[in-house]
Amino acid sequence: MSTRRQAGPSARARLHRFDLKGAPYLYVTPFFALFGVFGLLPLAYTALLSTTAWSPRQPGSEDASVGLGNYADLLSDTNFHTALVNTFGIGLLSTVPQLLLALGIAHLLNYRLRGRLFFRMGVLVPYITSIAAAALIFNQIFARDFGLLNWLLQPFTGGTPIDWRASTLASWFAVSVMVTWHWTGYNALIYLAAMQTIPYELYESAAIDGASRWRQFWHITIPSLRPTIIFTVIVSTIGALQLFAEPYLFDTTQNNNGGSERQFQTAVLYLYQQFWANGRYGYGAAIAWTLFLITVVIALVNFLLARRIRSAE
Amino acid sequence: MRGTRHVLTATLAASALVLAACGGGQGESTDGTTTLTINVYGDSFSLPDNRSIYDEYERLNPGVEIVENRSDFSTHHQNLQARLTAGSGTADLELIEVGQVAGFVGQHDRFVDFLDRGVDPGQWTDAIVQQASTPDRSALIGLPTDVGGLAMCYRTDLFEQAGLPVDRDEVSELWPTWRDYVETGDRFLERAPDGVKWFDSGGHVFTGILGNEERTFYDRSGELIVESNPAVRAAWDLTVQAIRSGQSAALPEFSPEWNTGFQRGQFATVTCPAWMMGYIQGNAPETKGKWDIATVPGGSGNWGGSYVTVPAQGEHVEEAVKLAKWLTAPEQSITIFQEIGNFPSQRTTWDDPEVAEFSSPFFNDAPAGEIFPASLADAPVQISGPQSAVIGKTFADKLNSVEQGTPPDEAWQQAMHDIRAAAGAG
Repeated sequence: MSTRRQAGPSARARLHRFDLKGAPYLYVTPFFALFGVFGLLPLAYTALLSTTAWSPRQPGSEDASVGLGNYADLLSDTNFHTALVNTFGIGLLSTVPQLLLALGIAHLLNYRLRGRLFFRMGVLVPYITSIAAAALIFNQIFARDFGLLNWLLQPFTGGTPIDWRASTLASWFAVSVMVTWHWTGYNALIYLAAMQTIPYELYESAAIDGASRWRQFWHITIPSLRPTIIFTVIVSTIGALQLFAEPYLFDTTQNNNGGSERQFQTAVLYLYQQFWANGRYGYGAAIAWTLFLITVVIALVNFLLARRIRSAE
Repeated sequence: MRGTRHVLTATLAASALVLAACGGGQGESTDGTTTLTINVYGDSFSLPDNRSIYDEYERLNPGVEIVENRSDFSTHHQNLQARLTAGSGTADLELIEVGQVAGFVGQHDRFVDFLDRGVDPGQWTDAIVQQASTPDRSALIGLPTDVGGLAMCYRTDLFEQAGLPVDRDEVSELWPTWRDYVETGDRFLERAPDGVKWFDSGGHVFTGILGNEERTFYDRSGELIVESNPAVRAAWDLTVQAIRSGQSAALPEFSPEWNTGFQRGQFATVTCPAWMMGYIQGNAPETKGKWDIATVPGGSGNWGGSYVTVPAQGEHVEEAVKLAKWLTAPEQSITIFQEIGNFPSQRTTWDDPEVAEFSSPFFNDAPAGEIFPASLADAPVQISGPQSAVIGKTFADKLNSVEQGTPPDEAWQQAMHDIRAAAGAG
C-alpha cells in the first residue's frame, strides 16, 4: 500500500513527460506505418523486381537476375524515349492552359455574381466525374468518321476529316483537352480559396486610385497568389508526369499502345503495357523506378525555382 | 439559410463521391447456395440479353448460382494474370483465348489439371488439346469451348450496288485465293457507293490470311520465327498492297469505331470466324438480312477459340470443374452455336443435324452449319507461343499505322523491333 502511494506521483510525472515528448510521435506513427507498408515496401520490392527478368509467361524466370540490365535496355529503348517526349509534350500542353484557365475562372468566380455558389460548385463537376465516363464522350467528340469536332470543323478542313489518333500533335491536343477539362475546376477552386484571403481593402484602395479591373488582377491578385500558384504548378507537374487514364482510354484499340505508332503513349502507359500486356515484370519495374527518379528530380527543380521566386519577392 | 445550402451542397458532392467509389462488390449468399463466378470476354456463353445456358444449369443444379463478369479481351487476360500472380481474386472459372493460352500453360500448377478430373481429351482434335496442355502432355489446364472456322461475311446490298454478284456460291468463286480477294476489292472500289471500303481493317485481313497457316509466329520447338517465316511476310505484303489501293476502312478491330462501321456499312466484307456471327448480330442488329456468308479465300482457315479453366485458388473447385465440363459438353456447345454462333470444337457435333442443318436468318439463311465445318476440315491448328497475342496486336497496330500513312517498310521494322523486345522476356 505504501509503496503504491510512493510510486503514484512519479509514474504520473513520467506519464506526463511522455505525453509531452512522446505522444506527438505516437500520433504520426499511423501515417508512417501505413506509408511504410503501402509506400516504402512496394518501392523496395519494385527495385528488387527491376533487377530480374521475371515474366509470368516464362516459367522459372522469377529468380533470373539481370543486375542493372533492364535499366541499360531502357536507356537505349526508343519507345521509352518516345513515351517521355509524349509525357512532357502532353504535360506542357495540358498544364499551362489548365492553370491559366483556372486562374481566370477563379477571378470571375470571385466577383459578386448572381448564383455564385452554383457556379462555384459547377466548376467542380468535371473533377468528380469519372474519367472513364467522360472518355466515352470525348472519344465520340474526337472520332475520325462521325465525330462531333470533325463535323464542326468541316468548313475548314475541306472534306478530309482529322484523324485525331493518327497525328502526334492532334492526339496530344485531344488528350490535353481531356486532362484540362478534368482538372481546371479543381485548380480554380484552390485559386479561389486563396483569392478570398486577399484583403478587400487592397482592391478598394486600388479602385480609388483608378486602377482598372485588369490592373487589379495583375498587380494585386497575381502577386498575392504566388505561393498558391507555385503549389499548383508543382502538383500539376507531378500529375502530368504520371498521366495514364486519359491516354489509356483514348486508345480505343485497348492495345495500350497509345496510337498505332505510340503517338500519345505516355511513360506510365508504356509501363502498363510492358508490365501487364507484355508480361515483362522486371522491365516494367525498371520503368517505374526510372520514372520515380525523374519525378524526384523534376520536383526538386520545381522546388528550387519556387524558392528563388519567393526570395526574389 | 445560406448555411444550410452550403451543407446540402457539400453533402450532395460528398455522397456523389462515395457512390462513385462504391459499386461492384458481390453478394455472398447465406442460404446455402453456392455462387460460381465465371470471368469471360465477349459473347462466350451468353449474349448481353440472353443467359439461358446458365439458367439451364441453375435449373438442373438447385443451389448453384452462376455470376458472369465480362470485360474486354485485354483487360480480362491482364486481370487474370494479375490475380494468378497475387494468389487470390480469380473467378471460379476463367476463360482463356487460344492466342493467350500458351503463356498460362507455363503456370499450370496454378490451374486445376483436367486430366486428374476424369476428362477424356479424345473428344477434341488433338492439336486443340495440345495447346492447353503442358509440352509433355502431363497436365491439361483448359477445356476447349469453340473453334473459329473462317468464312467471309459480306454485305449483299453493297455488292449489288457495286455490280458484283450477290449469290453466295458465285461470290465464293470470286476469291479462290487471298490475292483474288484483294483484286476483287479493286473491282469493288471502282463502283463502290461513296465512302464504302472493301474491308474493315488491315489487321483483321492479316490475321485472316494467316488463318490457313500452321506455323506463323512460333515453330513447334517454341522458337520465334516471325522474321524468317515467308508466310508472315507474304501476308503482310498482300495486306499492305490492299491498304495502299484504298481498300481498308482503317477501323481498328474491337474499337467503338469498328462497331460503328458495322452499323453504318462502312465496309463490304469482313473476315468472319464463326464467333463473328454473334458479334455482328449483337452490334449491328439493324443490318439483319443485309449480310451473307461466303467461303474464305484459300478455302479453309481457323481463327480463335477459347478454353475454360478453373484456377486452383478458387473456393469452389469441385463445383467449378463440374460446370466447366458441362459448358464444354457437346449438347451445350450445340446450343451455344445456335444462340450465339460460336462453333463447337468437338468434331462429333459437326454431323449432328442441329449443327449441320443450321442456317442463320440474320445472314440471309446462309448454311453456317455447312460453311464452317468445310472451312475447318483442312484448316491447320496454329502453333502458338507465350507472346502470340502480343505479336498479333503489334501487327494490327503497325498495319493501322500504314493505314494512317506510315511507309510500310518503316512500319515492318518497328513491328520486328517491338516483337523482339516483347518475346525476349517471354
